[in-house]
Amino acid sequence: MRRGPSAFNVAAVVAGLAFLYAPIVILVIYSFNASRLVTVWGGFSTRWYTALFQDAQMLDAVWVTLRVGVLSATLATLLGTLAAVALVRGGFRGRTALAGGIYATLVMPEVILGLSLLLLFVAVGLPRGFWTVTLSHATLTLAYATVVVQARLATFDRHLEEAAQDLGCPPWKAFVLVTLPGIAPAVAAAWMLAFTLSLDDLVIASFTSGPGATTLPMRLYSQVRLGVDPKINAVSTLLIGLVATGVIAAYLVQQRGRRRAVQER
Amino acid sequence: MNGRAPTSRPQIGGIRETFAPWDDPAARPLVRFDGVSKGFGETRAVAGVDLAIYEREFFALLGPSGCGKTTLMRMLAGFETPDAGRIWLADRDIAADPPHRRPVHMMFQAYALFPHLSVAQNIAFGLKRQGLPKAEIAARVEEMLALVKLEGLGRRRPDQLSGGQRQRVALARAIAPRPRILLLDEPMAALDKKLREETQFELMTLQQTLGMTFMIVTHDQDEAMVVADRIAVMREGRIVQVGRPAEVYEAPADRYVAGFIGDVTLFPGRITAREGPLVRLQSDDGAFDAEGAGDVGDQVWLAVRPEKIAVHTDPPADPRNRIAGRILDYGYLGDWTTYLVEIAPGRTIRAARANATRTVERPLGCDDSVWLTFAPSSAVVLSA
Repeated sequence: MRRGPSAFNVAAVVAGLAFLYAPIVILVIYSFNASRLVTVWGGFSTRWYTALFQDAQMLDAVWVTLRVGVLSATLATLLGTLAAVALVRGGFRGRTALAGGIYATLVMPEVILGLSLLLLFVAVGLPRGFWTVTLSHATLTLAYATVVVQARLATFDRHLEEAAQDLGCPPWKAFVLVTLPGIAPAVAAAWMLAFTLSLDDLVIASFTSGPGATTLPMRLYSQVRLGVDPKINAVSTLLIGLVATGVIAAYLVQQRGRRRAVQER
Repeated sequence: MNGRAPTSRPQIGGIRETFAPWDDPAARPLVRFDGVSKGFGETRAVAGVDLAIYEREFFALLGPSGCGKTTLMRMLAGFETPDAGRIWLADRDIAADPPHRRPVHMMFQAYALFPHLSVAQNIAFGLKRQGLPKAEIAARVEEMLALVKLEGLGRRRPDQLSGGQRQRVALARAIAPRPRILLLDEPMAALDKKLREETQFELMTLQQTLGMTFMIVTHDQDEAMVVADRIAVMREGRIVQVGRPAEVYEAPADRYVAGFIGDVTLFPGRITAREGPLVRLQSDDGAFDAEGAGDVGDQVWLAVRPEKIAVHTDPPADPRNRIAGRILDYGYLGDWTTYLVEIAPGRTIRAARANATRTVERPLGCDDSVWLTFAPSSAVVLSA
């Protein structure tokens, strides 16, 4: 019997991956281009990375993006976990409506979400800046965090919580001591997913940001309009690396949790 | 014999024969259900249950799935709140207390061991909540590990244990904080037959050694018969009968109990005469004599257990309680053989015979003509 994939399978996979990743690979390669011209290869160099780390504006944007990402991901994970608990455990009326309300933001066009958030901030008189972007990103990523945590919680053995209560824990303590360790991988995965989403959001940030709170995607976008600077290739490569790391880490952590969930049975 | 040395264990049978606080009017029950009802939506899971359980008793709630036994237990643990009625623990109405404030612990059906904690941490869980000093917790955990014969396994994780070991960790975790009453929810459902039988006796020994009150919920009548001091048979949210295993088996309250616990053949009929303790019953299958209550003219059912029916190959001389029939089928169980005897077209009776010797001179087979008899004292007259 023949082992391994056929030539056709290999070709299909290569073609598919090339279609997906060729532009990114080219971007990464050109970030090490010595030439100032973006389309002409002038030898290997890391000069654009050096230049990048001397660009105060760019570094400032990176710093803003990271802070927004960490804060909004933390807020979204916290609220998302609570929402997931309510959706899975709560025996109240209107649970389906609540679920629909949370998941609606998954399919809502970002432009509309961004615009409505902007209108809200204007209406309540909140000055646009760092905190409005952070809040908006939490809104954007909340639904994703909820889905991830909810999926794990739905398979979590409810009797474990009951056993903890039976042995003397009030409900909140049973959740902290027993449920949370059980769903921790999913919570971590939710955080990383939210962080990644915040990191590469441009639309919402454009609507809700203000002076002094320019995120990296905003900075890149505005610079590209003025002409492509090879520094952009460098910062994009770094961003891709960070996002890829986040996504892969989230996947691995979730896999570990899933394996543990299987062992529980 | 498998060569195991005889172990010294309390003679539970002897202790049990004299243990009967429920017959003592001065004894106060440890747990008392007082008109307890509980419904889920349209269905009434528990309907007006009154029940008293005494200190040091091993009490069994027996019934088919969906009869409300689990709901009743969960109300005692605090996971469900009764719609009506009171639940007394000693002198306190605990019906409204949350689970964590009740000195009642439960061993869950699937054990519900905490997967992220070691065996020792699992056992210590309830002790920590009681705020005991560290040294005492450690000592108590060791004591519990020894009690359930898991010495040296304290650092293992639950997923590194066998099913039987997990069951014992769950037991140790529930008894470690010394509850007033331990609830066992189908504790042996996940064990294989051999292990289940051993565990039944271990549970009884443990209960006697600790002097603790146990309440077990089970659908397995054999299990309830073996372990319990008293059995409450439940049906559709109500308690049908409470009594010692022998009472429930030999003097069932009605046809339901008779049929749920063990096999039984029922002869519906009418009482035609009474002579002292004996009544004469006229049924479609013939006239029978039996000891029991009832007046002439009453519509009753005569219940006879298979093992109380004797199978003869020649017609017995005494025509009383004698039925002729033909063996339709039989099942050889090793210790017993069960015969399905057709006594009229479409009407069959079960009779069981102990295989007291290894070979039988004239083994009974299909289509053999036989005569069945039973003693008047072996049949039960049921009015419902």
